[in-house]
This record gives sequence, structure tokens and C-alpha cells, in this order.
Amino acid sequence: MSAQSSLDRAPGQERGTGTATSGATRERRHRRDRQGLVGLAMVSPAVLLFTLFLLVPVGLTVVLSFTNARLISPNPPRFLGLENFVRAFVDDPTFIRSLINTFVFAAVVVPVQSALGLALAVLVNTGVRGVTAFRTMIFMPVVTSMVVVSILWSFLYKDDGLINSALSMVTGGADVTIAWLQEPGTALPAIILLSVWQAVGFHMIIWLSGLQTIDPALYEAADLDGAGGWKKFRYVTWPGLRAIRIFVLVTITIAALGLFVQVDVMTQGGPLDSTTSLVYHAVRRGYREQDMGYGAAISLIFFVLVLAISLFQRYLTREKD
Amino acid sequence: MRTSLVSMLSVVTLASLAVAGCAPSEEDSADQIKVWSHAGGGKEELAVVQGIVDDYNASQDEVTVVLESFPQSSYNDAVVAAAASGDLPCVVDMDGPIVPNWAWADYIQPLDLPTDLTDSLLPSTVGRYQDEIYAVGAFDAALTINARRSALVDNGIRIPTLDEPWTLDEFDAALVTLSADERFEYPIDLGVWDANEWWSYAYSPMLQSFGGDLVDRETYLSADGVLNGPEGLAFAEWFQSVFERGLASRTPTADGQDFPQGNVAMVYGGSWKALDSAETFGDDAIILPVPDFGSGPVIGGGSWQQGVSTTCANPEAANDYLEFSLQDKYIVEFADAVGVIPATDTAAQQTEYFAEGGLLAELPEFSRQFALVRPETPGYAVISTSFGKAMQDLVAGADPQATLDQAVKDIDANIKSNDGYGF
Repeated sequence: MSAQSSLDRAPGQERGTGTATSGATRERRHRRDRQGLVGLAMVSPAVLLFTLFLLVPVGLTVVLSFTNARLISPNPPRFLGLENFVRAFVDDPTFIRSLINTFVFAAVVVPVQSALGLALAVLVNTGVRGVTAFRTMIFMPVVTSMVVVSILWSFLYKDDGLINSALSMVTGGADVTIAWLQEPGTALPAIILLSVWQAVGFHMIIWLSGLQTIDPALYEAADLDGAGGWKKFRYVTWPGLRAIRIFVLVTITIAALGLFVQVDVMTQGGPLDSTTSLVYHAVRRGYREQDMGYGAAISLIFFVLVLAISLFQRYLTREKD
Repeated sequence: MRTSLVSMLSVVTLASLAVAGCAPSEEDSADQIKVWSHAGGGKEELAVVQGIVDDYNASQDEVTVVLESFPQSSYNDAVVAAAASGDLPCVVDMDGPIVPNWAWADYIQPLDLPTDLTDSLLPSTVGRYQDEIYAVGAFDAALTINARRSALVDNGIRIPTLDEPWTLDEFDAALVTLSADERFEYPIDLGVWDANEWWSYAYSPMLQSFGGDLVDRETYLSADGVLNGPEGLAFAEWFQSVFERGLASRTPTADGQDFPQGNVAMVYGGSWKALDSAETFGDDAIILPVPDFGSGPVIGGGSWQQGVSTTCANPEAANDYLEFSLQDKYIVEFADAVGVIPATDTAAQQTEYFAEGGLLAELPEFSRQFALVRPETPGYAVISTSFGKAMQDLVAGADPQATLDQAVKDIDANIKSNDGYGF
């Protein structure tokens, strides 16, 4: 009995008794099992790596955060209970600042970057001549290493750098020498600017893919109804982007909360703790100062926060039946 | 059928590739010892090290020495990772201040070298912890002020000497005078473009010259009173004022390039820059000792040193290699190639720059008289980052007393949570 013929049997057709039929069912089940086995085998390397490099370290982090483990030490780690967590919130002003800075960064970057990405996607989607060149130019920063971008922008931000020169020119010769990265008030906005610049291309592409799945017939119908640009956006485009919206929101939030590279390369958390982020603080305490237990505690707090925010976002954007 | 066979095969191939990637690297054995060097990318320095390794291999045939080099900026991270996984080489390169930390953590063992050799080395090139020698180095580096002779002479500023360095008032007055000189954007480049260990290496000597210190060296248990006491505060306030008065830039060009480019009249930096300055400005470049801020001039000490790991399979061979590498002729090679201070007097006399009358002849004496090693405590990593952060905050305009107090708090908390680090 070949597999083909058992598939050809119409559903609901009465199954007779006898070896022929149960042979078909058995064959189907056998093939399903084998397919399941192949599937398992295909996924096993990824699962292995995932366990080794993600699950095990997360588990270790949870365990270490309750001890005073150190990176290098002859003393065995001691169990500390919740002392690390208390220390973070009570005894470590830099941690509180990191928390605040990370939230501020995410709170600004998420709306700005997603809105800008959408705007750019709408522009690029108009199909004007040369739009592919623009698309490439906007996307290029995304494929550039964040370290390189940070170094370049730190040159731009010098007090005699390009940004100040451009501002001088724009304001008609006023002597603009703001040390962007050295003033506590401007350092974080400066980092926000370059972060948005670097990543907006990626989200533009994602929005673009969403825009291009919207049925053009809907736009034609809207035109027939006499809808203007804004109405078309509001009633055709925006609802059509629902799924993409959720994806963009969640990915930008998670990426923004993980701010690290720019801080490490450009400002090392300064000036006056105005740019330290949670991840940077965890790396400084846990790795550079070798205080693994405390670094693990900070990482755990970060993990819980990101999880909470992601779940909250999922709740906000859930399918309302 | 065929599809699933192909997919099985591809899965097996992928899995075996993944496992192959985890194959262990070559192990140290009794007849092969590995040497790690931080000089990756530094052509001249690496060439000298490779020469030593080749010569040693040629001189005997019991052991083979294999050299592995890493770029300096990621070297420490690579070593910490190797230490955490118990994979250290027999002979390991270390930056001076990390030696006590590793000795305490039992990653390196005391060395077994002849005392007349270790006595002949500059004290700051020998890494000690609890009175045992754990590391030795072939060279040291000094902090100096490279200056333009014409700038000082034209402005009537006295040129300081080793015996008569500038006092704080003289130095400050010189900076103010130079700030009026049209030829330069700033009187001095204080080197605040650099990152990480530089902040502690370069500015704790100034703190010490003011009379403060990073930690109480009697007990090594607290920084209270020495870092945030009146001398520490005086230093912090003066340091901050230099930037506030516009005497130095908060954002100098990276890699100390402001001085060779003629933007500043003086630069506070490492002696390793002295050769470049001489090349750029010829006779107009002079090397000045650092000022005496009140308690005598102080410069940092302790550069790269080498030790033997506790997991070494053949410590006798490792010690033998170290003794071989410290021969005068190799110290001379380092000094000539890189411009670092030779560790022995005899070697210094044979070098191009450090012999009598040479370009850098005064530097070994600077090092001998003024060098103060960074605190030899396993807690140095935290002391360094806390102090470095405090300095950065001061440059940015933070309140001096509060900043120093917070640094003391962090350092003391860390020492306490490590049960005093064995002190």
C-alpha cells in the first residue's frame, strides 16, 4: 500500500476493517513519527547551543546573584541572600541613575525611532525615481558596527567637531562650542541621536515590508471615496500595519533597554553618571571590578524589568476579541 | 526517503562541526611551554619577544617555547577568561598592578630567580605580593611632561630639572602664562582622552604628590582619610580648576596628537611618547620632570611583567626562560625598539637613548627616584575603576568632596566584601 493512495482517501470516507486499512493508518503514523524524529534532529544543534549559551548562563546568573561570587578569588563564594539586591537599590547611586537613564533612553528612542522609521518607509514607498539609492543610504548605518559608529560620532561631537561647525554655520557665525559628550545635560540626548540614526534604517525596512503588503485596491477604493492623504493613512495604512506595529514596538524596546556599546565607547558612563545604562553598569561591576555576584544581581533585575515591559506591551497590543 | 536521508546527513555534519569546534587547544606539557605576550600588533616590541623565544629555543633542546600574542587592549580580558577556565599558559604577561590580584587568587606562583638578578632590576619592575616575588619585567615606563622649549623660553618660564622640579605654584603660573600665548590653543594636554587604566596610572601620582593616596598603605583596608582627606580634596579642587580655567581641554585629540600637531605647548603623558616628540620637533622638544605638588614628585611605576602560572607543567623551565629573557642584551633591545626604560643600569648604558647624554638619559633616574607603584593589593581593580570614575566626574565638574567620598565608599565596601583581601 503506497503512501499516496492512503492520502487519496477522502476524509470521512468510511474506513473498513482489515489489514489493508490499519496498514494505511500505521504507515501514516510511522511517517509522522519519522518526520517528527527528523524535525527533532534538525533542531537539536540549535537547542544544544541555546541551552549552553542562553539557558545555562541565565540559570547561573540567578544562582550567582544570591552569592558574593567573584571572577577571580581564592575564597569560595558565600551565600548572601538578598543582600546584592538591597545594595543595588540602597547603596549604589550609580545603579539608580543607570535605571533612570535606561528608561529615559527607551522612552525617547521607541516612539522617535518607530515614528521616524515609518515616515521614511512611507516616503520610500512612494516610488519616486532614485528611491533605491535613498533606501540603501538610510540602511547603511545599520550594517555598520555600532563601535565604529560611536567612534565616528564622538569625533563629530567634539567641541571643534562637525556638529558644532554646522550649528555655527546655521546660526550665522555664532561661536558654538558645546562639548556634547562632556556636559551632563547633553550627553544622553547626543547618544540618543546617534542611536536613532544608526538603527532607523532597519525599522524603515520592516515598516516598508508591511506597507507593501497592504492591498493597493484598498487605496484605490479610498481614492474613489475622496479620501485625502491623512485619511488614507489613518484608515487604510495604519490598520494594515497592525502586526508589524507590534513587532517593531517590541524589538525597539528590547534593543533600547540593552543600551551598552555607545556608552562604553563614548562616555564610559559619564559625565556624572548621566549616560550609564543598566547593562553598562552590570558589565562594569560584574566584569571590570570582578564582582560577579553583584553583576549577576544587576543582570537579573534587568532581565525581570525587560520581561515585565515586554509582557505589558504584549498585553497592550493583544487581539481584542 | 531520499529527502530524509539528506536531511539526516546534513544534521549529522552540522553537529559534528559544532563538536569539532570545541576541540581542546594544545596543552602545555613538560617539554613545551607557552608564553603569552600583550604585544600583538606592536611590531617592534613583538619582534624583540619573538627574538628572545627563538634564541632560547636554539640555546637548549629540553623544552620548546611557543609564543602567542594578543592585541594589548583586549589582552587583559583574554587572560581573565583563560584564568577563569584554568587555561593559563606557563609564562604569562601581566600589567604590573594586576600581579597582587592574581597572586592572591593563586593563579601565579612565586618565582625562583637568583637574587642578584632581581636585585639589579629597577624596584618598580619587580612584582611583589606579601614579600614574595611573583613577576619580573624587562622595562618600565615613566610619566613626564613633554614640552616645546621655545614656548617656555619665549614666555620666560624656568625650565625645571630633576633636582629642582616645578612647585605647584610655579606650574600653575606657567600654565596661566602659556594660556596667553597665541600660538597654542591650550597650554597643556593632560591626556584625558585616554580610557580605563590610564586614569588611575596617570592621575593617582598627582594625588600622591599632593600628599594623598589611593588607599592606606599601612593596612590596605580603607581609603578613608587618604583619598578624601584634605590633601585629596586639594588635589581634586586644583585638578578640576585646570579645566574650568581653560588651561587644558576636556576633549583633547585622541592618542595625544595635540602636541605633535602644535595645538598645545606641553603634554602630560607617558615617556613612551618622548621619542615621537623628538622626531617631530627635534631640539625644540624637551622632557620635563613632573611637578612637585607638595610631597615630592611622583610618577607611576610598574609596566608589563612576566610570571609563571600555578598550572604550569614545567615551572623550572619557565623560570629558566625568564632568567634568559632578562639578559642585558634583550633589555637593550626593548629600550631601543620601543623607548621604554631599561630595567637595569648596565643595560641602560648600552642603549641608544638611555646612555649618558642620550635623549632619554634622565628617565631611569626619574623612575628610580619618583616612581611609586600602584597599591599592591588584590583589590586594585576596584580601586582603579573607582578612582578613574571619580577623576572623570571631576573633569566633568562634579563636587570634589562628594565625588571623593563616593569613591571611598565604593572602595571600602569592596574591600570589606572580600574579607580584606587577605590583609
